Amino acid sequence: MADRSPAPDTPELRARWGSFAFTEAYKVKADRHIAKYPEGRQKSAVMPLLDLAQRQVGEETGTQGWLPLPVIEYVAAYLDMPVIRVLEVATFYFMYNMRPVGKHHVQVCGTTPCMLRGSDALFETCKARGMKKGHVSEDGLWTLTEVECMGNCATAPMAQINDDNYEDLTPERLDAVLDALAAGEQPKAGTQEPGRHTSEPYGGVTTLKEMVDENHDYRSEW
Amino acid sequence: MALADKDRIFTNVYGFQDRGLKAAQQRGDWDDTKALIGRGHDAIIDEMKASGLRGRGGAGFPTGLKWSFMPKESKDGRPSFLVINADESEPGSCKDREILRHDPHKLIEGALVAGYAMRARAAYIYIRGEYIREAETLQAAIDEAYDAGLIGKNASQSGYDFDVFMHRGAGAYICGEETAMIESLEGKKGQPRLKPPFPAGAGLYGCPTTVNNVESIAVVPTILRRGAAWFSSFGREGNAGTKLFQISGHVEQPCVVEEEMSIPFRELIERHCGGIIGGWDNLLAVIPGGSSVPLVPAREIMDAPMDFDGLKELGSGLGTAAVIVMDKSTDIVRAISRISYFYKHESCGQCTPCREGTGWMWRMMERLRTGDAAIEEIDMLQQVTKQVEGHTICALGDAAAWPIQGLIRHFRPELEKRIEEHNAKFAEAAE
Repeated sequence: MADRSPAPDTPELRARWGSFAFTEAYKVKADRHIAKYPEGRQKSAVMPLLDLAQRQVGEETGTQGWLPLPVIEYVAAYLDMPVIRVLEVATFYFMYNMRPVGKHHVQVCGTTPCMLRGSDALFETCKARGMKKGHVSEDGLWTLTEVECMGNCATAPMAQINDDNYEDLTPERLDAVLDALAAGEQPKAGTQEPGRHTSEPYGGVTTLKEMVDENHDYRSEW
Repeated sequence: MALADKDRIFTNVYGFQDRGLKAAQQRGDWDDTKALIGRGHDAIIDEMKASGLRGRGGAGFPTGLKWSFMPKESKDGRPSFLVINADESEPGSCKDREILRHDPHKLIEGALVAGYAMRARAAYIYIRGEYIREAETLQAAIDEAYDAGLIGKNASQSGYDFDVFMHRGAGAYICGEETAMIESLEGKKGQPRLKPPFPAGAGLYGCPTTVNNVESIAVVPTILRRGAAWFSSFGREGNAGTKLFQISGHVEQPCVVEEEMSIPFRELIERHCGGIIGGWDNLLAVIPGGSSVPLVPAREIMDAPMDFDGLKELGSGLGTAAVIVMDKSTDIVRAISRISYFYKHESCGQCTPCREGTGWMWRMMERLRTGDAAIEEIDMLQQVTKQVEGHTICALGDAAAWPIQGLIRHFRPELEKRIEEHNAKFAEAAE
């Protein structure tokens, strides 16, 4: 089990987050999620609402966001759920940050398929830039997390940084991505292998050649 | 004979072309879906049974048969639900992602047809939380389908009302287990439920529910259009169809590719992956179906057919057809130990043998990695894996045990060698 607990409940935490509430824009999104579930089943929306709350906290703090206790309580009240049920969910799922994170959340996959393709070197790259697993770097820019398989195994190794995946990484390519982010730019997401589009063999496709250049309809050949 | 492009279902798997509704329709999706539905509930289920499609999420249960467990009428007013498992998290697996981001309309059309066949009122697509961009794509596709009247009230003018909703996870591997997924959809921790009752009797919100993998659902419209006989003409008996293979690790060109079931391993690698790094003599072992299945050593896998039964005969399994290739540069003990860490991290903590056992097994594996152990401890580890296996509510305990059992079965001399070398070093230092 992943060992996760909420940040300590202090007067400072209360003072900072006690009056948290969704902005109008977030409220619209939250209510759209709630509407997906049958009458009386609104607590099904607890996961999307925690995600929204974390994103709003992120916007307010210029980071990727996290879930302080008063925010969790706000979500519980919003859905008319006992706080403990929401806290259970928040601590169970790994994508909810229980502690503050940096401006960029660098999540490097370390599971076997990425490990076989060189993820060790990516962790070294991050370390060389002053990142430490589970910590916010001194300049507040980075939080490094080792994550489990992200489902990009045919384009391994990879890192998910904020909302985008960067695949087919090498230390140099990761450095380039991180440099761009540090400079306030948005690097190109997806595979970083020149000439590769997505998960096709990078020597060139071995199947479906017609599809490369045109939206081919194969039905006439059926 | 190689699978011809015309027989591939996921023609936009690499996303070279637009994933939007119009382009998907040009490729053949949503083509007179009304007529497919017009065949009737039972005719669709019969066709799926005849096609021989086995679930693509790993267990390989016949899809048509699974649908037939759903109630034909609601005696107490409870609706039925289809839940689509897009929580792809098995290490090595990366196929559903390609469907979600490049061919989402195949999935949505499949949801409607499958949902109709099993008399479901709505489908919930549970997509893993880390697929952030993929979720955006999928939601956009769902919105397009609603706007075009393809789903929703009187879906595709069929007279049938059917909703499709997307639900995002938040980073828990265990939610790929069907009852954990249902718990999660209900807004709880994703801890698996005891079965029975099975979801087809009491699933989501206590209503009859079927949980199917993304690939299983997305192939449905094409199978219905081309016929069960077409689909079952591929692969060996009992292993019908085409399949998305995902090859990662030490091959020259890792990729996702749709191939015929039962394709020999060597052919799969030579045709699409440019061979093994360093040549075939450099192949050490392969994990053929995602991290949960035991590894297979090089000499046994080379000419094996890649299908459910062929890999079962080798003491492994096809799983999700996530093929993790390891050459001789691999520290095989570390590779498996990392998988043990994965299961330790992802255990939901509900059953004691798994919660405690996964951590114990991982720590033991870390000692075996450096050889800091006694020979007898290999047997003790084997015994502990047997105490976890089969003693938990869901299969995560089994999945944590099997890779270690596979390692001991095939690489015991390597484990013993490390222990002996380590002990010799310390004996020397003591002198």
